[in-house]
Amino acid sequence: MKKNWWKILTVLLLVFTVAVGMLSDVPRLAILNETIRNLYFHVPMWFGMILILLVSVVYSIKYLRKPSIKNDIIAHEAAKVGILFGVLGIVTGMEWAKFTWGEYWSNDPKQNGAAIGLLIYFAYLVLRSSFAEQQQRARISAVYNIFAFAALIPLLFILPRLTDSLHPGNGGNPGFNAYDLDSSLRLVFYPAVLGWTLLGVWIINVKSRLELLRQRIYENV
Amino acid sequence: MLFKEVIYLMQKDFLLEWRQKYAFNGMLLYVSSTVFVCYLSFGLRSNALQVPVWNALFWIILLFTSVNAIAKSFMQENRGRLLYFYSIVSPQGIILAKILYNACLMLVLALICFVFYAFVLGNPVEDIPMFLLSILLGAIGFATSLTMISGIASKAANSSTLMAVLSFPVIVPMLLMLIKMSKNAMDGLERAASLDELLTLLAINMIVVTVSYILFPYLWRS
Repeated sequence: MKKNWWKILTVLLLVFTVAVGMLSDVPRLAILNETIRNLYFHVPMWFGMILILLVSVVYSIKYLRKPSIKNDIIAHEAAKVGILFGVLGIVTGMEWAKFTWGEYWSNDPKQNGAAIGLLIYFAYLVLRSSFAEQQQRARISAVYNIFAFAALIPLLFILPRLTDSLHPGNGGNPGFNAYDLDSSLRLVFYPAVLGWTLLGVWIINVKSRLELLRQRIYENV
Repeated sequence: MLFKEVIYLMQKDFLLEWRQKYAFNGMLLYVSSTVFVCYLSFGLRSNALQVPVWNALFWIILLFTSVNAIAKSFMQENRGRLLYFYSIVSPQGIILAKILYNACLMLVLALICFVFYAFVLGNPVEDIPMFLLSILLGAIGFATSLTMISGIASKAANSSTLMAVLSFPVIVPMLLMLIKMSKNAMDGLERAASLDELLTLLAINMIVVTVSYILFPYLWRS
């Protein structure tokens, strides 16, 4: 029970996010209106994705330094959860874009960057599945994971800032700091980021333990 | 020591290329037939393509050419030769030599492609030196990122499909910058307008070379 305090924290944070996020007062802004509540769901997805992919890269580096099956499994599961967060981020973003920008997909640099980022990680999964031998698969996909992450950084953080974008925080558009001068949004936003990220970590934790057990069963059969 | 290795390995690559003329002639034919296919399928007389279309088509042709040209860089080496290299040179030497060799190859191919393309489809470029600079940066950028990817793909089973799948997403940021920069050159904008793109491209290249330099030894071991 002592080691599981963070799981309880996750549940509490997410319940808090959903309940307060849906019910509390939000600033009345033109165009955004009530969709501003999506801030608690869309934005944390991207924060969570970046953090979880970072976990994946860290475990890939750990694998290259000290090859063990555990590091490989965690890197793989983290990449998969990162993809899940990315897909959810894109879906919630598209929904939001429909209400505020008028179109699901408006060829915005942020949207395109996100789609390409997902393609990179789908390629990672394809690469993994094309090896039969386990050690080779682990090492080479670790190499690609690190390489792809290095290519993802300019894609997500540098390119959108150079081009005009509808997305807040780019191309002369104010970031979200300009909107929530009253701190009521922050009060829910930061717990939301923490809660969703912890949920991702929880999924990785469960799935990698399951995968390790499965490997052990295969070895004993 | 590393420098000497790189020089020797590059000499070897150029020598092999000169003897076989396999990759180079093949790619030359690939470029010219692709350009010709584009010309025929658009069915136009010269100078009838709009500037953005001309530009995008040019870079797409170059992208496919480079993927095909560079995919060979590790696949054509046979097993015995790789084992021999493994025992006498450092992996860093190999990756640097391959990158430099591919950059030279891509530069030559890209220039030939540009000349032929401009000849067949018309040449709307206003600031030619700037456009050539973007071709130079493009050749180096494609070579750096695709060399590492081809190393990764050559280890897998269905490497030619994998090459495309792995490389396209990684190369897109570079491609976007290049298209923007060459568009500026085509419109004859001030050169200072392209400075941002130029610096970003150089930065991306630096990141990719550094990461390849660090990671290649792990790839090489298998």
